Amino acid sequence: MTGAPTLAVWKFASCDGCQLTLLDCEDELLAIADRVDIAHFTEASSRSQPGPYDVSLVEGSVTTAADAERIRRVRAMSRTLVTIGACASAGGVQALRNFADVREFASVVYARPDYISALATSTPVAAHVDVDFELRGCPVDRRQLLEVLTALLAGRKPNIPAHSVCFECKQRAVVCVAVARGTPCLGPVTHAGCGALCPAHQRGCYGCFGPAETPNAGAQAGLLRAAGLSEADVLRAYRTFNAGAPAFIELSRVTDGPPPGSGPRDLPERGDQGD
Amino acid sequence: MHPRGDSVPQPPGDPVVVDADALAALFLALGGRGYTVVGPTVRDGAIVLAELASAAELPFGWGAETGAGRYRLRERSDTAAFGHSAGPQSWKSVLHPARARLWSADRAAGRVTAGEAAAPPRYALLGVRPCDMRAIGILDQVLTGGRQADPVYRGRRDGAFVVAVECTEPGATCFCASMGCGPGVESGFDLAMTELADAAGHRFVVRAGTPAGADVLADVPSRAADEAVIRRAGAAVDEAASRMGRGMPADGLADLLAGSRESPHWDDVAARCLTCGNCTMVCPTCFCTTTEDVTDLSGEHAERWRVWDSCYSLDFSYLHGGSVRTSGQSRYRQWISHKLSTWHDQFGSSGCVGCGRCIAWCPAGIDITQEVAALAGLRDAEKAAQEKAAQQKGQER
Repeated sequence: MTGAPTLAVWKFASCDGCQLTLLDCEDELLAIADRVDIAHFTEASSRSQPGPYDVSLVEGSVTTAADAERIRRVRAMSRTLVTIGACASAGGVQALRNFADVREFASVVYARPDYISALATSTPVAAHVDVDFELRGCPVDRRQLLEVLTALLAGRKPNIPAHSVCFECKQRAVVCVAVARGTPCLGPVTHAGCGALCPAHQRGCYGCFGPAETPNAGAQAGLLRAAGLSEADVLRAYRTFNAGAPAFIELSRVTDGPPPGSGPRDLPERGDQGD
Repeated sequence: MHPRGDSVPQPPGDPVVVDADALAALFLALGGRGYTVVGPTVRDGAIVLAELASAAELPFGWGAETGAGRYRLRERSDTAAFGHSAGPQSWKSVLHPARARLWSADRAAGRVTAGEAAAPPRYALLGVRPCDMRAIGILDQVLTGGRQADPVYRGRRDGAFVVAVECTEPGATCFCASMGCGPGVESGFDLAMTELADAAGHRFVVRAGTPAGADVLADVPSRAADEAVIRRAGAAVDEAASRMGRGMPADGLADLLAGSRESPHWDDVAARCLTCGNCTMVCPTCFCTTTEDVTDLSGEHAERWRVWDSCYSLDFSYLHGGSVRTSGQSRYRQWISHKLSTWHDQFGSSGCVGCGRCIAWCPAGIDITQEVAALAGLRDAEKAAQEKAAQQKGQER
């Protein structure tokens, strides 16, 4: 590699929020431009250099046959491919179509549905090509995006933990909204990364960063039900930005579980085994 | 009134009475000596620990109701400032912070220079409950008891001024009495206070445990404590011991856990455990951390940070090739076994002080005392079955 490494940013089916997060790195943007040659980033500049590229950041999911082809070309041109955000990593909110009939949607929304050429499903980039790193979030977190870019430049592993949001609440001394207020919260099953943004404003976690490494469907369903959610509410809680994430699909199928504090099944007082 | 500027400080241990109004003078005395006061205050629906600018920020008239997976603020019928059981944080948050920079380095013209370590902050810990006094004692052993003292903890701990407040209001999730950690406190403090808020007024019986404590106390308006008020304070603490909402068996916990490695109970608890890590984060003695090496975009500046970690994260047990503890069963078992059993082997004491935080702040409400009871029940049942089988075998012969 001669000169500065080249960076390309690509958009697929998405809202552009993750690309905006990169532009939002105002204080660091000059430093980024110092270290890398931003070769293709149409949201920032109409100047586009041809590939290949050292790093490609891909936003958005694959929802058309044309994009299914295009993502292969992007992969072929990219030494390292990083997906940014819930769309590229899990299919995004548009993956709700995966649980319905997209032709029916099109017939309701568009005057000329025959103009619409869309696939029946919205799928993450990794369903089509190899991905080197998936950065979660809707949108991605600015600090995490910088961490991934910095780590790639330094040739080290990015510090992106896969544990629950609860770690972040406790690390920044946010009072647990589930325990202290009875607020429905997806924090215990959601991948960290946002810095506990919603709980820090006394709201439950909405699961923007998708599933944490080892979510427990039954225990989480019990927690949500105890907070007043119906079975349908529990399913809907997972059907948002990461609806297509396999772990969230699994979780959405479990709408009941042991309520908080239900205790051991085999307490001596309850059974006949005790002294 | 204790005369200000008395050249002979009170000998440690001689109790005095300090009116609640005089807490303002305590803040001034601590501030004047360069301490940042950290103590309880109401924020976001809980009594949290935070840096306090004045006594007015203390949670006067606030209490808490706790249960398994549940915590609610409640208004008290009196003005007590320390009439509440443990909140979501412990003093670990102050002495062993969630994030700490261990070192930094800069490279310029091929030369690497290390950054200067910042001077540790000096905190006055106001309102340390006896359970938490014990927890600090355990952290002392863990983090400074070995050959290599933890520099971050040591710096903060050595500079700290400790104001213990004995417990007169245990919660439903408390069991410090059964762990031998409270509700009274004997040592380890600079000042120890017992709060009384009744018809005779809102006041504290205060005793100094160190010359530094006596020195601060000399700056706080006080009067000699008579027999009656000392008895009342003692009775309030004794009475608290009988009002603990939960209890733990006094003996045999280490053996119980060591013998329960293959217990069928781990499946039961794993069905309820979110593996979210909350119990370890709120535990006042859970000390585990990970390190993060970070660089900046220029590649010329590097830092090493230490961050709280937990035996509930997969990365925590990641050795080459993968995580050692992938199941919820193995992770809960690791936590409770370390806390109640292998901690004895490693550090010579239990790792549990009976503060009850892990019960209240577990979103799933998993109760360490109930899990122990279930493990003991299964062990006893198995033992009884084995004895019965042995007896039958003996009879057959």
